[in-house]
Amino acid sequence: MSAPAARASLLVNGYEVVIGFETHAQLSTASKIFSRSAVAFGAEPNVHASPVDLALPGALPVMNKGAVERAIQLGLAVNAHVAEKSVFARKNYFYPDLPKGYQISQFEIPVVQGGEVSFFLGDEKKTVRLVRAHLEEDAGKSLHEDAALGGGGQSGIDLNRAGTPLLEIVTEPDIRSTAEAVAYAKELHKIVTWIGICDGNMQEGSFRCDANVSVRKPGAPLGTRREIKNLNSFKFMQQAIDYEIRWQIEQIEDGHAIQQATVLFDPDTGETRAMRTKEDAADYRYFPDPDLPPLVISRDWVDRVRSEMAELPRVMAERFVRDYGLPEYDATTLTQSQAMAAYFEVTAKASGQAKLASNWIMGEVARRLNQDDIDFDAIPVASAQLAALIGRIVDNTISNNAAKQVFDALWQGECEVDAIIEAKGLKQMNDTGALESIIDEVLAGNADNIAQYKAGKDKAFNALVGQVMKASKGKANPAQVNALLKAKLD
Amino acid sequence: MSEIHEWRVAELSRQLQAKAVSSVEVTQHLLARAEAHQRLGSFLHLDPDRALAQAKLADAQRRDGHAAPLLGVPMAHKDVFVTEGMPTTAGSKMLAGYQSPFTATVVRRLMEAGTVSLGKLNCDEFAMGSANENSAYGPVKNPWDVTRVPGGSSGGSAAAVAARLVPAATGTDTGGSIRQPAAFCGITGIKPTYGLCSRYGMVAFASSLDQAGPMARSAEDCALLLSAMAGPDLDRDATSLDVPARDFTQTLNQPRAGATPDKPLSGLRVGLPKEFFGAGVSTDVNEAVQAALAQLTALGATLVDISLPRTELSIPVYYIIAPAEASSNLSRFDGVRYGHRAAAYDDLIDMYQKTRSEGFGDEVKRRILIGTYVLSHGYYDAYYLQAQKIRRLIANDFQAAFQQCDVIAGPVAPTVAWHLGEKANDPVASYLADIFTLSISLAGLPGMSVPAGFGEGGMPVGLQLVGNYLKEPELLQTAHQFQQVTSWHTASPKESVL
Amino acid sequence: MALTSDDMRRLAALARLELTPEAEGPLVTQINGFFDLVAQMNAVDTTRIEPLAHPTDAMGEAVALRLRDDIASEPASEAIRDTNQRSAPAVERGLFLVPKVIE
Repeated sequence: MSAPAARASLLVNGYEVVIGFETHAQLSTASKIFSRSAVAFGAEPNVHASPVDLALPGALPVMNKGAVERAIQLGLAVNAHVAEKSVFARKNYFYPDLPKGYQISQFEIPVVQGGEVSFFLGDEKKTVRLVRAHLEEDAGKSLHEDAALGGGGQSGIDLNRAGTPLLEIVTEPDIRSTAEAVAYAKELHKIVTWIGICDGNMQEGSFRCDANVSVRKPGAPLGTRREIKNLNSFKFMQQAIDYEIRWQIEQIEDGHAIQQATVLFDPDTGETRAMRTKEDAADYRYFPDPDLPPLVISRDWVDRVRSEMAELPRVMAERFVRDYGLPEYDATTLTQSQAMAAYFEVTAKASGQAKLASNWIMGEVARRLNQDDIDFDAIPVASAQLAALIGRIVDNTISNNAAKQVFDALWQGECEVDAIIEAKGLKQMNDTGALESIIDEVLAGNADNIAQYKAGKDKAFNALVGQVMKASKGKANPAQVNALLKAKLD
Repeated sequence: MSEIHEWRVAELSRQLQAKAVSSVEVTQHLLARAEAHQRLGSFLHLDPDRALAQAKLADAQRRDGHAAPLLGVPMAHKDVFVTEGMPTTAGSKMLAGYQSPFTATVVRRLMEAGTVSLGKLNCDEFAMGSANENSAYGPVKNPWDVTRVPGGSSGGSAAAVAARLVPAATGTDTGGSIRQPAAFCGITGIKPTYGLCSRYGMVAFASSLDQAGPMARSAEDCALLLSAMAGPDLDRDATSLDVPARDFTQTLNQPRAGATPDKPLSGLRVGLPKEFFGAGVSTDVNEAVQAALAQLTALGATLVDISLPRTELSIPVYYIIAPAEASSNLSRFDGVRYGHRAAAYDDLIDMYQKTRSEGFGDEVKRRILIGTYVLSHGYYDAYYLQAQKIRRLIANDFQAAFQQCDVIAGPVAPTVAWHLGEKANDPVASYLADIFTLSISLAGLPGMSVPAGFGEGGMPVGLQLVGNYLKEPELLQTAHQFQQVTSWHTASPKESVL
Repeated sequence: MALTSDDMRRLAALARLELTPEAEGPLVTQINGFFDLVAQMNAVDTTRIEPLAHPTDAMGEAVALRLRDDIASEPASEAIRDTNQRSAPAVERGLFLVPKVIE
């Protein structure tokens, strides 16, 4: 998202956009939240559905400590209050993928309260306040695709996913543009994957975003919102919200009131459409689950989790600015993933050239990773090698262009920087005497350029520099060439 | 030597240990007797092959020197406990022929203790009822007078034990479902402290109230059975108390401080809630209870007047909380994964509605609707939340009372067993009859019913004893000492009426 | 405020129950009869009284939810799945079948 785009979209045709997010993050536990079944994708239908997951008569829920631990981690990651005591409640409704006829969730007292998520939109820092994050169980899956099922007209129910632990993370309606919405979602995605509580796979539904979108004239009370469900890629999120905003404004401009609704995004048409509403108004009859006493989290536990938690991207970025004097932008970019940040830090320390390291990683390194479509954990050039290379740039042994060739060789699997420089003869010529003689030859053979230069044509000077570099087979140090030439001509 | 079916658990245990009789013999005798008394309606499922196999195994183990007190003792289980290998219906058409892939913890423990399972016993549908007339499989008759109800919801258990079809049975008690049928059928039953027995494998009615317990013919038998049933089930039931299992028979005769052989209950303060002895109690019941109290004083106990001011409130409070939880617990019966499914329907919602309307009986539907109402938007605070607050006050009232006494005594029910059909069409009337058992369940306290004589129509009367949390030993000791000097618990219905 | 037949139909719909017209009348009467008993609750002052959702909460020391270690120890196989589905009304290839779900 570029900053100008963000600013432009703050008012759309004179309407202010108001967006709130509800994100369901599947927690990366080994077992389900209330049963000992494995959390596993792609297994045979209902093989990972235990009596508890199937809601067989007499089966009872028993809480998974790993899910609570992850909720605490998120709470700490977003500067929220981790509740000493929170309560599980039953959300009652009938649906075939909801075996008990109720979902065990948290209602009045959630485990994570408040908090905020900050991120950069271009060069502008944004902060979205969180209302809460609560623990709940995922539902199973209804499969409608297979027309042959049961001789047609039937859906198949697979409860392997039922009981997978979820954290539902809810924001205040603080978001004012599609750009902000996507940036928020990306930042939250970065946080949950960074601290390792969620694998972040949006296609498989491990990180599901619902956006509540409404529009209003500036200063007017909040408009009626429509909820866009299951945005399973950032691209679709962008398209869906853009479409929804345009659609709502058109409706209002045409004099139609917006009806509260849940809508789905259709990637094929690029449009959102309202879901078929249930015939009875939703009345979930929440009440405290009598099978589960209150969840109590001791301060000691929170402190232990805090002490064991990896440094958060936000904190790490601040440290990069403070300790390495990097610009905010560099620091934020370098903390996209733990691997990238670690790669930078080792390189910066080993080379003593933080800014150069940052430039190389955000530039050449990122470009090559992209090209070969590989990840930082699989990068063929060790940070020590990059540091050595940077060292040779700084001590003027090689030029930037030469350095790119060396990097190429390293990428191809050669390991010793100096050996490569030798082999390829990339050393810069820093010997003034030799350089001066080359310059004299060049000047002798280019009287016209000299004349033009003296007539004030800078181009002519550059031409001379080029000639010298050429004559030196690229080994001359451009800065030195400049200096000597000027000395001789002026 | 008296007839095998007359033997109580403790007696049977001694006879088996003395090898005077084998478990197979006892099992065969009781199976035949159960067959012969099918018209009582107490058994929903008899499992002779399985029972005899277990009995053979028990006899073999005894030959190998095993001597667990319950080894080879036959019993039967209320049909709300799921059992692998035996069908479980919870008295509902909804679960006709349901086969559970696992066994309830309580039943498993009793089997591991060596008991033999003869089969499954009738009960009110999903344990909702006070007369056992709400079973989809027909009513159970009271062995003392087959024109009367056995009480509910554990009516099949109480009738089977009273009719000497089994020496013991499991029951469950949500608002009195062990104590009231025990009283109506003249047997001994105990509802332990909430959480003492695991709820894992009990078809849930009201999760914050449901509690399993033994029903037998003496306090000693209940102590033997409870010792096997109780104990933590931490990986299966989040509300199971982390209290180590114990042998409740050890304390039955343990002398109390300052007690003498002829005054074994010396120092025991028995509280009498004035609300349990008011106009609501019929004369015959009141007389029997008074006589029992006199007996307790003769044993050295002292009587103390106490008050449980919110006794009457316990009726609306219970009948809001229990249906609220039930309405949610019974949502899983939707015809998708198990149980009844309507034969014909238009779409999914129609399938749900027809399935549930066909599968549930009237009382269950009534309670689901009441529960749905009190939890619904706009009524939650006035009904459900207010009920849970008054529930707290009720629990506090008991703690105040236990400052003045060690156990609380009173009638189990206002009257003896009524006639079949008498209250069948008046649900509120049978709700009112639960007045003396509901508050104990709401507070989660242990309560017992002990045979205390006979009233109108020669029907049994039960004395209710209530203890503080985890005071089962004190309750069982009081009942046991009472039974050492009374014979009400040994009386049995005339064979001719059966 | 007594419940009407309309209320009863709304509740029945929420609870996925179908009420026959014959059953509806008596049901309304019975349930309203019960709510006459409930009226006495309104008189009780419960200000600053904590609701009691779990009886264990009244036993003295406050109850805390017991937590299980995160270990996937539940045995899983198609054979076990089939046993768990033994009492299912309609199953095909391990899936429970229901009338088509439309979103």
